[in-house]
Amino acid sequence: MLSLKQRRSLTTALMGILAWGVALAIFFPIFWMLLTSFKTEIDAFATPPQLFFTPTLENYTLVNERSDYFHFAWNSVVVSFGSTIIGMLLAVPAAYSMAFFETKRTKATLLWMLSTKMLPPVGVLVPIYLLFKDLQMLDTRIGLTIIFTLINLPIMIWMAYTYFKEIPKEVLEAARMDGSTLFQEIWRVLLPMSKGGLASTVLLALILSWNEAFWSLNLTASQAAPLTALIASYSSPEGLFWAKLSAVSTLACAPILIFGWISQKQLVRGLSFGAVK
Amino acid sequence: MADLTIKNLKKSFGDVEILKGINLNIKDHEFVVFVGPSGCGKSTLLRSIAGLEEVTSGHIYLDDREITELAPAKRDLAMVFQSYALYPHMSVRKNMSFALELAKEPKETIKAKVAEAARILELEPLLERKPKELSGGQRQRVAIGRSIVRQPKVFLFDEPLSNLDAALRVQMRLELARLHHDLKATMIYVTHDQVEAMTLANKVVVLNQGQIEQVGSPMELYHSPANRFVAGFLGMPKMSFLPATVLACDHQGTRIQLEDGATLTLPVEGTSLRKDSRVTLGVRPENIYVSDPAESHLTGRLDIAENLGSDTYCYVKTGTGETLTVRTPGNFTCNFGQQIGLSLELDQCHLFDDQDQALPRLEQIAA
Amino acid sequence: METKTLDADAIRTMQDTAPTAGGVSKQKARVSRLMVSPSVLLLLLWMVVPLSMTIYFSLIRYNLLYPGENEYVGLENFRFFVTDLGFMAGMTNTLLLVGSVLLITVVFGVLISLLINLAFWGQGIVRILLISPFFIMPTVNALVWKNLLLHPVSGVFAAIWQFFGAQPIDWFSEFPLFSIIMIVSWQWLPFAILLLMTALQSLDQEQQEAARLDGAGPWALFWHLTLPHLARPIAVVVMIETIFLLSLFAEIFTTTGGGPGYETTNLAYLIYSQALLQFDVGLASAGGLIAVILANIAAFFLVRVVGKSLTDKQ
Repeated sequence: MLSLKQRRSLTTALMGILAWGVALAIFFPIFWMLLTSFKTEIDAFATPPQLFFTPTLENYTLVNERSDYFHFAWNSVVVSFGSTIIGMLLAVPAAYSMAFFETKRTKATLLWMLSTKMLPPVGVLVPIYLLFKDLQMLDTRIGLTIIFTLINLPIMIWMAYTYFKEIPKEVLEAARMDGSTLFQEIWRVLLPMSKGGLASTVLLALILSWNEAFWSLNLTASQAAPLTALIASYSSPEGLFWAKLSAVSTLACAPILIFGWISQKQLVRGLSFGAVK
Repeated sequence: MADLTIKNLKKSFGDVEILKGINLNIKDHEFVVFVGPSGCGKSTLLRSIAGLEEVTSGHIYLDDREITELAPAKRDLAMVFQSYALYPHMSVRKNMSFALELAKEPKETIKAKVAEAARILELEPLLERKPKELSGGQRQRVAIGRSIVRQPKVFLFDEPLSNLDAALRVQMRLELARLHHDLKATMIYVTHDQVEAMTLANKVVVLNQGQIEQVGSPMELYHSPANRFVAGFLGMPKMSFLPATVLACDHQGTRIQLEDGATLTLPVEGTSLRKDSRVTLGVRPENIYVSDPAESHLTGRLDIAENLGSDTYCYVKTGTGETLTVRTPGNFTCNFGQQIGLSLELDQCHLFDDQDQALPRLEQIAA
Repeated sequence: METKTLDADAIRTMQDTAPTAGGVSKQKARVSRLMVSPSVLLLLLWMVVPLSMTIYFSLIRYNLLYPGENEYVGLENFRFFVTDLGFMAGMTNTLLLVGSVLLITVVFGVLISLLINLAFWGQGIVRILLISPFFIMPTVNALVWKNLLLHPVSGVFAAIWQFFGAQPIDWFSEFPLFSIIMIVSWQWLPFAILLLMTALQSLDQEQQEAARLDGAGPWALFWHLTLPHLARPIAVVVMIETIFLLSLFAEIFTTTGGGPGYETTNLAYLIYSQALLQFDVGLASAGGLIAVILANIAAFFLVRVVGKSLTDKQ
């Protein structure tokens, strides 16, 4: 009979194996996509699908030629970073005021802001589309940036608010007594103290914008389309460019994947609207 | 010069009035302690002086300048917070130089001032550390250092010792007293601990429910409390109180009768009292002594005795249910439940009328 | 003399939540309002303007192919929408989609997060692998599954089926909705795992040890301690997923285009196809409003839970 200690380590080992199995199974599609990106198109479409093959980098080196990757990637970058920066410029003062000048209406305002994020986009698809058409904002980066700012603003304010609430009020009062103006108080004391939380907020906003796949599909065509739309265009049955698709997809997803890995713990707060910390 | 004058200061939060009209004069170089129970408004008063709270009405003057509406930084005051409120992302040196940098003082001046403050507080080896690498006592010194460099007219302390352990508290108390002497500064200090009030202050302000109960030196307040609240607040262990009724009053004093029937004559001016009115007798533990039950003022049953080594405090229950605290020498022995006789030093006792106001002593009037 | 005084905590709470008159100066209040107003204003516009336009459009006849014929038709659009061929399918599919994904993600989410909560070698890497699908773009997700995995000829699934001697399945033809469910569950499972994993880490160790001393076995521990502790995060997961799954769009757009027929059309796609493919703005607006109402119901409950977490003391 095994001792308690031996039983425990056996269970742990079995559980470990099971966990690894599940993790590898779940990660498999991403792995396969990565693998396929190094195949030639013929290998990519081979039946049965090959695990071993001669790798090639042609899908990556020619990615811009074959699909104008950089154009779409640049759109993604501009729109994601643009909307995040504008969003933070709006969110930080709002969160500051709500965290440190709390009134009876603050909680209601916050909850209302969050509820705007819960609006299904289809509900306003028509008016936004028509508005953009009339204002000639369809297929523009600016238009998309504005939309992304608006849909992510509630989460940015919310996350910044929860992080600001964790700053002890007295340190800011000390700064005030030391002679700082409001701006200096925020810039030299509050922001350095909350930079971890604000970094997570920025990351979350970037991830949400980068992966956004409703407005980017409906409001853009060729000029302002970000990567989400580029990849969607591969679904047309003109050709089976699986290897190319895999390469483009890997390039498109890699940065966000890495962001997500780094900041997983901090993202939970924003993803769960603060309900899970 | 750093005279602080407060005229009729009132502060409300919404409908609740926290400060109900404070009038106070603080002279240059004084160490003033605001003391009182939780919720009495002492912190609010301090923060109003600092400018961290807006006053509802009233005026504050520093020397001849009215500072009531000024921003905190413009009042020439510095504050040490209860939680120290150090800037966690700045080194000790930066923490201390921050205010001077904001005031755009020349680099050489800043360096000199920080070095001087660090010397006074023995912070020199810690200057490059961050707050999280410091112990509680060290953090507190940095908080004080931050105030010293600003060379303010008045130092404000908001319960600075309450986050320290007992031993450190005693040590820091001594350092604060030394600091006051060395810097010759005006200091306003808030605490709920009456020991700190008694030991540190030139002047004690006792606050209760937003009003000043009494202002005076520690000894004045201790020996001549103006009302029952102050009498019961200062002194450890607390003064004991016995209800009584007035029998008579003449040039020798006031004659009262305790609940258990004993009668005492106190050298207290009681002509304002009517016969049979209710009064309260107050007596401190050190003014009661154990005596032969036959010759005592009153008798009681010993409940509990706490032997501290140097003294023993006996808690005695009278026949009518009141508890008296009696200080006896450390080698005093007695059994639980034993009947003890107690005598009071009548000229050290206090008498309070039915409004809890202290009645003046006869020799005070004679003088 | 014991008098009732306000304790320090009460004063601090008052200081924190005092309305303008007592606690904060008028000037400070003005500045703080100024700091919040841009955001509030923008979000208000974002919500009110399009929504009111949707309401307006839903009550008139408006088809982009016939401009100018915009008379008021009352609830006719709603009636059309609800009786449209696609509507029942859309509603059913929406409910099926949301329900199935919820079920899969929550059940497996709980099991997997429990599994990886035990310490074992390489736990950190396992976690990273498990949460990855959530960060993949929905369109990438859709196409990788459609082409690389589920393709009946060259997909990995086909290869596996053939390996076991079975006939490979053409997923998107035979089980279109299920295929979509698979894709979406794969994407959202990490979300559930991430949230539940985080919640599990705040499980009270001492409580577990006390229960074990009292004789509780692993099942009892799970049922009486772990599951109740997870009840709230599970509720949060369910509500957030519901809100986002109701508007599921990209995966359908990229793979099946709603078909075959209406088999993979959900409410969101139905409205989209009516607005941008059939150009019937009035009809689509009516549908959009219905979607908004559904989402509001789900949101109402989420906001309650989140609002409570706001007032929870740290």
